[in-house]
Amino acid sequence: MGREKRQLIAWRAARELRSGMVVNLGIGIPTLVADYVPEGVHVIFHAENGILGYGPSPQPGEEDPFLCNAGGLPVTVMEGASYFDSALAFGIIRRGLLDMTILGALQVSEKGDLANWIVPGKRVPGVGGAVDLAQKARRVVVVTEHLARDGSPKILRACTYPLTASKAVDLIITNMAVIEVTGAGLILREVAREYTVEDVVRATGAPLAVPERVGRF
Amino acid sequence: MAKVATLEEALRHINDGTVLMYGGFGGVGTPPTIIEGILQKGVRNLVLIGNDAGFPDVGVGRLITAGRVRKMITSHIGSNPVAAEMMHRGELEVEFSPQGTLAERIRAGGMGLGGILTDVGIGTVAEEGKQKIRLHGREYLVESALTAQVAIVYADRADPFGNLTYVRSGRNFNPLVAMAADITIAEAREIVPLGALDPETVVTPGIFVSMVVPSRGVNWKWPWEGKRGS
Repeated sequence: MGREKRQLIAWRAARELRSGMVVNLGIGIPTLVADYVPEGVHVIFHAENGILGYGPSPQPGEEDPFLCNAGGLPVTVMEGASYFDSALAFGIIRRGLLDMTILGALQVSEKGDLANWIVPGKRVPGVGGAVDLAQKARRVVVVTEHLARDGSPKILRACTYPLTASKAVDLIITNMAVIEVTGAGLILREVAREYTVEDVVRATGAPLAVPERVGRF
Repeated sequence: MAKVATLEEALRHINDGTVLMYGGFGGVGTPPTIIEGILQKGVRNLVLIGNDAGFPDVGVGRLITAGRVRKMITSHIGSNPVAAEMMHRGELEVEFSPQGTLAERIRAGGMGLGGILTDVGIGTVAEEGKQKIRLHGREYLVESALTAQVAIVYADRADPFGNLTYVRSGRNFNPLVAMAADITIAEAREIVPLGALDPETVVTPGIFVSMVVPSRGVNWKWPWEGKRGS
């Protein structure tokens, strides 16, 4: 995926953050979200390796090898931060104390099923913390390119890859659109500037309700 | 009581086929001097239990790349493409556990429990082959505890009794694996005299630690080094 697409998705996802939220960011595009927190919004970022309250990437040359996020990239800490072990980090997740998690996806279904860890016969990187996060965070936002590399839709009626979690996803943010997952199916909320509603409908492998008013980003 | 040892003494416990737990998360908090020692000693067929496969040249990734590992019980190998290739070629057996479940299985092993009950992974492939039970009207997976013959951890400071403190995100799985093995070897950045650690700051009590060896520092390049600012 091009750098600009990733940045656009991360920027739009950061607009979902609200002051006071406790948020966990997955690896990949989600990690970039920390650098796009809107001015005046104060979020508490949680990391599976045992940090509550980490901040943006440090300036080059100021990295601390022993202060990294779960993706292994250097971070900083905000006032009020704490360190703990990974068992406790996941206790925070299982107890339902995360307001939001932002995760990557291979496929998402119209019911909010998430597949993000196995491409059968190809890639089995392992699931990491995604099962815990997708199942337990109060709000699950998925960030992904709208289409797979071969041009096939990643948003489907049903996932064909093994699931990370079922009925977990609340919002899908792609390089083309923002789509809400509801009990009645998918609703198109916003379309990226370079695309039309028809482009998005064509690139989506599940029925997409199009309300009268669709936003732009 | 003096548990301070040389690297060579510590390595006597790590041999072909040893079931070895390790601390570290993406290599941060994995003991570099012990990893180097295992490589130099030429140990093979290790069974590793820990969070991830590091990066190809970082943390336990170095052991995997060198072909020293037979099997892993871990949560992901996504940061180590060499491990993924070896798994696909059938040279590395990998058993995946969701990360939080893995941490808790290790903690349970260290706490003398037989396993844990969790609903994480129900409805996914993570439940395959596992017993389910109902308790208080809810369904749970039975996840067995994990223990090992040897655990290797990276501590910030250690005293001769083996009391350990950790550093920032270098803590991660270290205090968990430190409790779950028959023999726990702590590599410490600094070894201080008995009484020099404030008991309030000790994270792993020395009762769980068998040996303390001095660290020679990180001898690998972090994946972010060179990528930024150059």
